[in-house]
Amino acid sequence: MSQPASVASNGGAPAADRSDRPEADRPELRTTEISKRPGAIRRLRDVWRYRELLGNLVRKELKVKYKDSVLGFLWTLLNPALQLIVYSFAFGVLFKTPVPLFAIFFICGLLPWTFFTSALTSGSASVVANSQLVNKVWFPREILPLASIGAALVHWFLQSIVLVIALFVVQRSPDWAYVPLLIPAVLVLVTFSAALGIMFSAINVYLRDTQHLLELVMLAWFWATPIVWNYPLIGQRLSENGLPFYLGFVNPITPIVVTFQRALYHEWVWSGSRMVNGAEVTGVVPEGSVWWYLRNLAIVGFGAVVLLWVALHIFGRLEDNFGEEI
Amino acid sequence: MTAAIEIEGVTKRFRLYKEKMQSAKERIIKFGRVPYEDFYALRDVSFTVAEGQTTGLLGHNGSGKSTLLKCVAGTMRPSSGTIRTRGRVAALLELGAGFHGDLTGRENMYLNGSILGFSKADVERIFDDVVEFAEIAPFIDMQVKHYSSGMTARLGFALAIHVDPDIVLVDEVLAVGDEAFQRKCLERVDEMQSEGRTILVVTHVPDLVRQICQQGVVLDRGELIAFDEPGPAIRVFRESLVRRGIMLAEELTGDEESVIDERMLSRAVQFTDVAIEYADPSADYAVPGERVRIRCGYAAPEPIDDVVFALNIADPDGHLMLGVNTDRIDAPLDGVAGSGEVVFDLDQMPLMDGDYEVSLGIHTHDGATEYDHLEGEHRIQVMNPTQMLGRVHFDVSVSHHPMPHRSVASPNR
Repeated sequence: MSQPASVASNGGAPAADRSDRPEADRPELRTTEISKRPGAIRRLRDVWRYRELLGNLVRKELKVKYKDSVLGFLWTLLNPALQLIVYSFAFGVLFKTPVPLFAIFFICGLLPWTFFTSALTSGSASVVANSQLVNKVWFPREILPLASIGAALVHWFLQSIVLVIALFVVQRSPDWAYVPLLIPAVLVLVTFSAALGIMFSAINVYLRDTQHLLELVMLAWFWATPIVWNYPLIGQRLSENGLPFYLGFVNPITPIVVTFQRALYHEWVWSGSRMVNGAEVTGVVPEGSVWWYLRNLAIVGFGAVVLLWVALHIFGRLEDNFGEEI
Repeated sequence: MTAAIEIEGVTKRFRLYKEKMQSAKERIIKFGRVPYEDFYALRDVSFTVAEGQTTGLLGHNGSGKSTLLKCVAGTMRPSSGTIRTRGRVAALLELGAGFHGDLTGRENMYLNGSILGFSKADVERIFDDVVEFAEIAPFIDMQVKHYSSGMTARLGFALAIHVDPDIVLVDEVLAVGDEAFQRKCLERVDEMQSEGRTILVVTHVPDLVRQICQQGVVLDRGELIAFDEPGPAIRVFRESLVRRGIMLAEELTGDEESVIDERMLSRAVQFTDVAIEYADPSADYAVPGERVRIRCGYAAPEPIDDVVFALNIADPDGHLMLGVNTDRIDAPLDGVAGSGEVVFDLDQMPLMDGDYEVSLGIHTHDGATEYDHLEGEHRIQVMNPTQMLGRVHFDVSVSHHPMPHRSVASPNR
């Protein structure tokens, strides 16, 4: 008999001071139409309206990741630092790669790649991981993968400290003419990651295999990207077989990684083979003007924007049944 | 009046797959030929809630009431139809479910506040009120995973009601916390009503609807069967339950609804005629302190052993004044056969002026089967001829005893 409903409430509720609710500062109430599937533009506008939530979710991801760990954010730096040591030892000492300053070359490619993988793996798991929020209240769900990408972006910028230190240690300065290219390169990479993250986060709700499959794909993709090996090498193999040089750029991450290498590493910038110290060696960074690099980025960027639009549509369709599938 | 919630032809279809498939392999292999059944949680439901109204959503388990609430909250999208809401919506569903265990109470408040569209400054403004309401001040900087479930729910409730919502969705959450907190919550609901907020409450407790709502919506297997004032809506709800052979068992055991098999639904005993008799046979009202007799004629074509007659009297606000049955007054019936009469005698009408609703029921001892039910079809009108005020008729007498040998008014002898 002790149902809560029987708790009497007619005893006259105390009128609390809620008078701070004047009609004047309550502008026209927003009407939300839940049933309509909003288009891509509406979705982006909703995300913008909820940008404060996006910021808070990014902060949450960062906080939660190293919560209760002693070293905290230092882990973010330790990861690339250790990889730097391991790969430089393996390739520099064991394989004796002829590439000069291999460690710098490697980390220039590794950092954008680390961003891409962590953005994509955490982004695609994000909707499922935040199911308790999804079931509770409406907000633009795209925020969830975007928050994962935002958190990965913060990690990337922090990890760049490792690169700065490494450049400082070996007394190298970037090629300033190419440094401005890093801005479009980051933008293109973020757009591309956002597109894939949004798409896979929705698919993952229905097919939980997605996130596991993605881990495998990323492993293969890593070796398909010139991070450990250098791009002109594949170009050379391609032209040996009568195929055009730029076919290597089919991997959309390649132009981005190569831009980083061109701006920050810029050793052995040539595309074919040359004699260095009496040995014929392949270039490490492809030769090309600023405009050549920019054009490659623009092509990938255009593709990324189209993909983002497609991803928003796929997300919108799949979002219909998030509530019951999650 | 402007509409706060407009629901037009909303249908929600769930696809029930015969086999649960989560892996890609299975989906690809069986693509397009997975056996499934369509299940309609909501069928073409339409109604409009005007601004500032409190509406109760009644229905048995599985009637679609929670699905509808989720659609209004936006966590589910209807298969067809439109739902429009005006203003900020705060859902008091699964309280505290949006909290992250690794964050502190304070951090969670900012995160959840921004989910509800509140900026950092807004949360700062309400921070102290929320913490005070939730009674968790000493723990606010503790990780939420160390909170008790009651604390989490209290913080969730406190936050949800402080974010200045225009529309509040409530899903039987008033059951959180201890009784004192429940009372506080109900007071808060009252307050929100007087502030002109729109409230949609999902419940299967008709008394709550009678108590706090201006209108009731009744769903039955996903179809809207009533959209009316609380009284008529509750009647329709009761009838639908009887049709389904479902009984509000919590009236008897305090449990959730118990659903029984359709074939157990029985009309084996039915009321034939019900009469309310007053002390003055010619009057059609009762007088406080005098006798009232409620005679319930029944007919049972076949003999039945397991039978209880129940009587409820509620005041005009829906508060239960009397709930009694033949078991509780130590007069259990051995059984009924043929026709007869059960008489409830109220020797002294203890109530003062008002129009009281009488509900009668016949059910089994465990309440699982309801044979018949008359919801509010009879009334007792009480007319108070005396000068006394109040709600309860006390047998009052007054006498005066002056002290004879004491001088009056001598405070400083």
